[in-house]
Amino acid sequence: MSASESAAKSKFVLRTNQIQALIDFLRERGYRTAGPTIRDCAVIYDEINNAEQIPLGVADEQEAGFYRVKKRKEAGYFSYVVGAHSWKKFLNPPRFTLWKAKMDNGEMSLVVDEPQAVPHYAFIGVRPCEIAAIAVQDRVYLDGPYVDNLYKERRSAIAIIAVNCAHPGGTCFCVSMDTGPEAKSGFDLALTEIQETNRHLFVATTGSDLGVEIAKALKLEPATPDDIADEAATIKRAAGKMGRKIDTSHINELLQRNEDHPRWNHVGDRCLNCANCTMVCPTCFCMTVEDTTDITGKTAERSRRWDSCFTIEFSHIHGGAVRTSASARYRHWMTHKLASWQDQFGVSGCVGCGRCITWCPVGIDITEEAAAIRASSRGE
Amino acid sequence: MKTTVAGPMVPTMARVNRVRKETHDTFTLELHPAYGQEIHHFAAGQFNMLYVFGFGEVAISISGDPTNPKPLIHTTRAVGNVTKAMAKLKTGDMIGVRGPFGSAWPVKHAEGDDVVLVAGGIGLAPLRPVIYEILANRRKYGKLILLYGTRTPSDILYRKELESWRSRLDMEVYVTVDRSSVNWQGNVGVVTTLIPKAGFDPQQTTAMICGPEIMMRYVALELQKRGVPMSSVFASMERNMKCGIGLCGHCQMGPTFICKDGPVYPYDKIRELLLKREI
Ligand SMILES: Cc1cc2nc3c(=O)[nH]c(=O)nc-3n(C[C@H](O)[C@H](O)[C@H](O)COP(=O)(O)OP(=O)(O)OC[C@H]3O[C@@H](n4cnc5c(N)ncnc54)[C@H](O)[C@@H]3O)c2cc1C
Ligand code: SF4
Ligand code: SF4
Ligand code: FES
Repeated sequence: MSASESAAKSKFVLRTNQIQALIDFLRERGYRTAGPTIRDCAVIYDEINNAEQIPLGVADEQEAGFYRVKKRKEAGYFSYVVGAHSWKKFLNPPRFTLWKAKMDNGEMSLVVDEPQAVPHYAFIGVRPCEIAAIAVQDRVYLDGPYVDNLYKERRSAIAIIAVNCAHPGGTCFCVSMDTGPEAKSGFDLALTEIQETNRHLFVATTGSDLGVEIAKALKLEPATPDDIADEAATIKRAAGKMGRKIDTSHINELLQRNEDHPRWNHVGDRCLNCANCTMVCPTCFCMTVEDTTDITGKTAERSRRWDSCFTIEFSHIHGGAVRTSASARYRHWMTHKLASWQDQFGVSGCVGCGRCITWCPVGIDITEEAAAIRASSRGE
Repeated sequence: MKTTVAGPMVPTMARVNRVRKETHDTFTLELHPAYGQEIHHFAAGQFNMLYVFGFGEVAISISGDPTNPKPLIHTTRAVGNVTKAMAKLKTGDMIGVRGPFGSAWPVKHAEGDDVVLVAGGIGLAPLRPVIYEILANRRKYGKLILLYGTRTPSDILYRKELESWRSRLDMEVYVTVDRSSVNWQGNVGVVTTLIPKAGFDPQQTTAMICGPEIMMRYVALELQKRGVPMSSVFASMERNMKCGIGLCGHCQMGPTFICKDGPVYPYDKIRELLLKREI
């Protein structure tokens, strides 16, 4: 066991009045701190430097096509789950310039801009399913024959302060996907909020050297057996409160075998092809490139931006798009998430965060679609 | 830490050394790297991403000789935004090149076999490197047969080369067109009709197919009828490509990424996918 691993998994207590100290410590370490905050009546992720920006006393309600945040007296710091944002916007910015070139008297050359500093982020409040999502994107961007440097630079610079879920949402199904509600690895420090009458604290589990340093710097007291028992009980309760579930047994074979199941037309008739599900999904990685020239026509710029398999252009080839029908596009997306991702990256492309269900304007539910196909599956 | 530009997404600059008009809508570019950069070795079947200043980037197969990769040769059909802009390039103009990417034709694996190449339209361009490579090592192979189909006689690519290949005693060339014209005296009909004309040993054959999906399906079927095991048949696939390196997601066909698992696949691997609608 390495020093870092043996140091891992020690449990401490972080007091609610120490959140600011945690933020300050990370900022002094050179991190830009990002975490949940409220904007436009929703929990989003943004840069925060003040503990008060974390939405204390707020809970959320999520259902298919439905999202509300509500003030609740008994709510703690993290009594809601994930919103429309995910950390991927920091690790793979929605739009990014790849390079510029200039054309001078028929000579084309790259324009080398001043290198920009890569932001080091400390993410505060990363949910277990989101840690799993980052691990999924790692496989996509870092394990292939080609490495995405843009992602790699950002990814290798982050710190992760995880928050285990005590109050799963109506569209959560991390238990089915085996990604939550407790983070098992992949964090520097993981917090579990314990909230009872007259007792409000976090059990903090160290997951790396940085986590241990935080515990030292903030002089965290070791957690007592009672604290640890309360933490376990909180997580167990959460696991029993999943809003959704999905049967994943042989799901890869199931979906790939049922590519002509009538359910695809059923969902194709409802889907608006708005691409919301792909934008909010923390694992969706598809991108496109855009070329622009300046007004003189002498400088060209190539950028990449998030793309979605729900657009018709996505599969455009000379002679027309490959996936013209809405049903084929939904089938491609869902089969990719739950099935073919396993062939490609050895892991499910869905971590059970529920975002695609909540943010679908017509309330299409991936768990319901998978269940419908299973219920009348073709062949064995 | 500093941002480096995203390595494999950045093109190498190359200069157009020569432009050859092949047909009314296809042209061949000979490229030399500018600024003293090296041309990478490539394997027959691989492609480059070619960037036309301000217009964008497209996947184009390398159609030159792998045993002699300088200059870099690409044959392109002008069909849309980028390829039409590319068609306007002249000698001395510059272009961006990234690659080579993707899988290769099984040229080594085919040693000792009869080799049957079946091309439809622009599909001859990605197969031409195979012909060059086999002709350079001619003794290692059995028969070399090219079956080529185009829409009309005026769409026939590499006419002069086809004639010189046809005049060789160690290569058979059959050409057919979908629609004849006044002075066409050759075959008329789809490319599958050429298969019975060619003499090869089905048990000892490697077949490589490149053309529209529907054509490749029928060709594979016909080869199967002749007794060629599907494990000896290879096909090159095409999808929208934005990166060429497995990161943009556009080229997916079922569980595979054509840019990194393909474009050349053993037919066994894609046979079922080719039967699926809008996959
Ligand atoms: C592996 C591979 C090898 C190829 N080799 C050749 C070749 O040797 N010669 C040749 O003429 N053509 C080849 N093509 C097809 C060529 O890439 C397209 O004709 C070209 O992208 C069309 O772009 P456009 O901008 O001119 O057309 P538009 O229709 O305006 O295309 C707009 C965008 O759609 C995408 N797109 C459109 N058609 C295709 C297509 N058929 N395949 C992939 N992406 C497409 C491109 O990303 C393009 O930027 C190959 C394609 C692939 C995937
Ligand atoms: S598919 Fe839906 S539930 Fe699964 S990870 Fe993506 S957004 Fe979350
Ligand atoms: S499933 Fe819902 S969110 Fe996704 S594209 Fe269709 S309508 Fe939009
Ligand atoms: S072309 Fe981008 S993943 Fe294949």
